[in-house]
Amino acid sequence: MHEYIERRPTITVSPSLRSESVSVVRIEPSKGWVSLKLRELWEYRELLYFLIWRDIKVRYKQTVLGAAWAIIQPFFTMVVFSVFFGRLAKVPSDGIPYPIFSYAALVPWTFFANGLTQASNSLVGNARLITKIYFPRLTIPIAAVVSGLVDLALAFLVLLGMMFVYRIVPTVYVLWLPLLLLLALVTSLGVGLWLSAMNVQFRDVHYTVPFITQFWLFATPIAYPSSLLSEPWRTLSGLNPMVGVVEGFRWALLGSTTAPGPIIMLSSLVALVLLVSGAFYFRRMEKTFADVV
Amino acid sequence: MSDIAIRTENLSKQYHIGGLQKKYETLRDTLTSAFMAPFRRAGKLLRGQATSAAELDETIWALKDVSFEIKQGEAVGIIGRNGAGKSTLLKILSRITEPTVGYAEIHGRVGSLLEVGTGFHNELTGRENIYLNGAILGMSGREIERKFDEIVAFAEVEKFIDTPVKFYSSGMYLRLAFAVAAHLEPEILLVDEVLAVGDAAFQKKCLNKMEDVGQQGRTVLFVSHNMPAVTRLCERTILLDEGRLLQDGPSHQVVGTYLSAGLGTMAAREWPDPAKAPGNDVVRLRAVRVRTEDGQITDTVDIRQPVGIEMEYEVLKSGYALWPHFTLHNDEGVRVFVSFDLNADWRGRPRPAGRYVSTGWIPGNFLSEGMMIIGPAVRTEEPRILHFYERDAVAFQVVDTTDGDSARGDYAGRMGGVVRPLLKWSTKFSPNGRETDVMVAEMANDSQGGAE
Repeated sequence: MHEYIERRPTITVSPSLRSESVSVVRIEPSKGWVSLKLRELWEYRELLYFLIWRDIKVRYKQTVLGAAWAIIQPFFTMVVFSVFFGRLAKVPSDGIPYPIFSYAALVPWTFFANGLTQASNSLVGNARLITKIYFPRLTIPIAAVVSGLVDLALAFLVLLGMMFVYRIVPTVYVLWLPLLLLLALVTSLGVGLWLSAMNVQFRDVHYTVPFITQFWLFATPIAYPSSLLSEPWRTLSGLNPMVGVVEGFRWALLGSTTAPGPIIMLSSLVALVLLVSGAFYFRRMEKTFADVV
Repeated sequence: MSDIAIRTENLSKQYHIGGLQKKYETLRDTLTSAFMAPFRRAGKLLRGQATSAAELDETIWALKDVSFEIKQGEAVGIIGRNGAGKSTLLKILSRITEPTVGYAEIHGRVGSLLEVGTGFHNELTGRENIYLNGAILGMSGREIERKFDEIVAFAEVEKFIDTPVKFYSSGMYLRLAFAVAAHLEPEILLVDEVLAVGDAAFQKKCLNKMEDVGQQGRTVLFVSHNMPAVTRLCERTILLDEGRLLQDGPSHQVVGTYLSAGLGTMAAREWPDPAKAPGNDVVRLRAVRVRTEDGQITDTVDIRQPVGIEMEYEVLKSGYALWPHFTLHNDEGVRVFVSFDLNADWRGRPRPAGRYVSTGWIPGNFLSEGMMIIGPAVRTEEPRILHFYERDAVAFQVVDTTDGDSARGDYAGRMGGVVRPLLKWSTKFSPNGRETDVMVAEMANDSQGGAE
């Protein structure tokens, strides 16, 4: 009978809430270059994990072939390359059967190119999140790149299968593979950070990315061996970080070339510069994301 | 001071209008202007003109010099009409966007709910979305695990928890989204109009949950257009207008200012420019007014008095039979009724061009207390055309009296309800009579007494 009589909420502060030492955040306009706030990024690692997990989960939803796409993409590129470059153009392949020669390079390349594409569209694709919730924005492109590792693993299984068929025994240098993958990831993320932040302001980026990856594909010795270049040009080609990755892969798995140490060192340096500069540029542009995206 | 939760000092946010309209620029524009800018600037310097880029840019202050302090455990409402800067304020406080000038200090963990279901992904199941959304809102995995069952129970979606949310009804979707948000346990909660969704029952559930949050001693900042909800949840309210803080004080006072200063919708509205008036080439709405019986335009109406809703419209093309009508919504968004002009003079008759004024009278002792929103409309049945419908054209406040002759009698508490009619009551009394008569009398007495 009395349920519709108004009850005013009595507000009491529980002691437990008071005694906790609270963190104080000061919100004010930032100017110029700002810190990367890596500690905060670390505090949000769980969110990063969930974002990666989401990207993996939804990647092949509502596709008929599902995860097979992870294999189809590099595999059929390899077939096309083998027919046109290997068979018809007779491009040399350092004494390795051309299909596995190109596929060993296409596996890390596909990871790199897809990561780059996903990352550069990631901020715009998550516009609703960005305008409604605060969290370190860096998590979004990172998740986009890292989630590609699953595709990479699948494509890598096919590579192992091909090596078995071609009876190629990997060298002991396969131990370097994780580091080479890290190099690919750092490159992909570094460029991805630049492009994703630019894409918020300029949607031109969206149309430029396919062009960039295509151009980059042919600027990297994937369809051809780097041995076509004479020194010092071969080493200098390491300025393109993907040259280091691709050469490293062939060296570690197929033992095709001599140890590309200088190339990889040069590539790592460039990749690191890309990553750090990309991260700072990203952080600098970050404050306008929610207003512009 | 350690008991302060939020402190802002001259908080201001400027938006570039040009930027807002264009949304994003093309690379070419930026490249050319970046390339040309130094030359232009040099030219200006040579000519001795100002060099500040801001002078050329059209900007708007969405928030200007807003300073206030909120203590821990306080629940504060933020009101103001659209574009007053409420959402901008919340966006700054939740660190989504940066202020242009000034600063804010936040003491404690902030949870912000600017929208329910942020980050929900249609392809993921209810279970997966709880984890994802929880993480996005700032819960740890362990925290979500601990509250998982509670969240599912609150949302009432147990059976569908492993179904992708794209197969959910919109009601289920909203319930799940709110359930996750409601189980967030920050020290400071920022809420923006999330309650403006869902049906009445769901809104009530949300309000109760918000009340609980307030009772647990957390600081709540609540942006809303729902005035009864603001006064119910918050003791203190801040009124913003055109980006500035207009008033800060006890909720009932500030809400009163807001409603009476006509900062909300007004009791009369006119469209002097026919081109901008609602309507089409057949008929256009020119004015709507709320009048008392003696002809006064008013935005506060005594609950006992009839109130006239006057529509002035211009028929531009002859030959259409018109049906003026209006909807009446209360401030909780419930449609109280729709009323058609059934007067025989013009019913079903094609109308010649000209000005018309039609008035519909709502009887006294019928509406409930609170804000009523009028939506005037004119339609034709043959052929079926809705010429215009201006949903929130005018509004007025119905005020109950304590004189004892309205439906509330001498009862002073909250009554609620969509309508408040003054009913005719009768009581039969027979001391030695049959049992049934006595029961009727008792029941009647009982329900009257129950309101005290």
